[in-house]
Amino acid sequence: MIYFDNSATSWPKPPQVKEAMVRFMDEIGANPGRSGHLLSIEAAKILFETRELLAKLFNVKDSSRIIFTYNATESINLALKGLLQPGDHVITSSMEHNSVMRPLRDLEKEGVRLSIVPCSSNGELDPKEVEKRIHSDTKMIVLTHASNVTGTLLPIPEIGKIAKQHHLLFLVDAAQTAGSYPIDIEKDGIDLLVFSGHKSLYGPQGTGGLVIGERVDEKKMRPLKQGGTGSRSEFEEQPDFLPDRFESGTPNTVGIAGLLEGVRFVLKEGVLTIYQYERSLIEKLAEGLLEIPKIKIYGWSKHKEQIATLSFNLFSLSPSEVASHLEEHYRILCRPGLHCAPSAHKTIGTFPEGTVRFGLGYFNKDEEVEFALQALQSMG
Amino acid sequence: MPEQYGVILFPSVHFALRAEKRAKDEGFKIKLIPVPRHLSSDCGVCLRFPWEQKEIFLCLLEREGIRMEGIYLLE
Repeated sequence: MIYFDNSATSWPKPPQVKEAMVRFMDEIGANPGRSGHLLSIEAAKILFETRELLAKLFNVKDSSRIIFTYNATESINLALKGLLQPGDHVITSSMEHNSVMRPLRDLEKEGVRLSIVPCSSNGELDPKEVEKRIHSDTKMIVLTHASNVTGTLLPIPEIGKIAKQHHLLFLVDAAQTAGSYPIDIEKDGIDLLVFSGHKSLYGPQGTGGLVIGERVDEKKMRPLKQGGTGSRSEFEEQPDFLPDRFESGTPNTVGIAGLLEGVRFVLKEGVLTIYQYERSLIEKLAEGLLEIPKIKIYGWSKHKEQIATLSFNLFSLSPSEVASHLEEHYRILCRPGLHCAPSAHKTIGTFPEGTVRFGLGYFNKDEEVEFALQALQSMG
Repeated sequence: MPEQYGVILFPSVHFALRAEKRAKDEGFKIKLIPVPRHLSSDCGVCLRFPWEQKEIFLCLLEREGIRMEGIYLLE
């Protein structure tokens, strides 16, 4: 079996991820921060250590500003719905996933105004196109770090500078890049960093988070949910301090125990090493696909940085026919269709049929790419 | 004279753990203990420290931006 769906969730995970989860179930199991007993403290330490390592990974000075969520989608909803008011203007790109588009469209009905900057047919964003849409009511710029369809990176540091100059908040959806491409919230000028725990951070599904930068006033940010936090129980109002303000209810401690080992793995390997390896795989794939005349690939350039996600089509077959053929005859698992990003597909000209997407990962091998290229060569 | 200890209470366990980590890094003789019954903090843990190091310990917390809820001398 060849797994090329790492953009949806990474698999396999480093073995220590599962081992840590089993160890939590066997030896800890308690509710973190709810009591002073030994096991509760051990559970709380798992959350704490994970925050500390994530803070190191993303260059966050104060790890209490890292909020755990169920997934990147919840983080995006929390940030957008927590901070945007009717009358506020938001700028986003045409390459966004529905995790950004749907909450923004929902907020639009409540009076938030939205500008969607069109990207090129290669999925690239021109920072000038963002800047010229800024006006006095603009509150936030929301961008994906890398497209989940084409793997194209958006110019985050450039937009970060523009956001700072205009005193706007900058939200970056790093679902596809956290762990596989360097992120420094200070250098990149990011105020709200959304990450997925189960993709390139190698945690289990059901883990994700939001970094709330120092420029965001958390007291003015509404939580999506209120409830027990293990702190300030004498009060019936939600605490105003982080991370408790946004973390009500018992967390996914077993999942975060796995995430902790995933993040440790990323730090040990080094993000740059991971990026360079994945980049070599995707380059091998893209350059091989370019040699097959009946295949069109989207957004690829050898001279650009790119994450290990690539979309392509065969002229003669629909994306889903290609994917089922690859699965049936070659046991290659990938994802056809729209990848929850209709706007991105409109941008690159592949709506409504979509594309075949290969999401490569750190555990894929050169030989798997070669095998897939041979398979595609013989199809169509 | 036996050593006197104080405890610091925090608004949540995150701050207690962060204080423990930073204090250990700096060589303080501190220990996370359950909150004594006569005090109240429902994150359940507090940090015990040698009372004679109170001033320097509070400086550390301030420098690290760690929120605390109270400081008490253990009788």
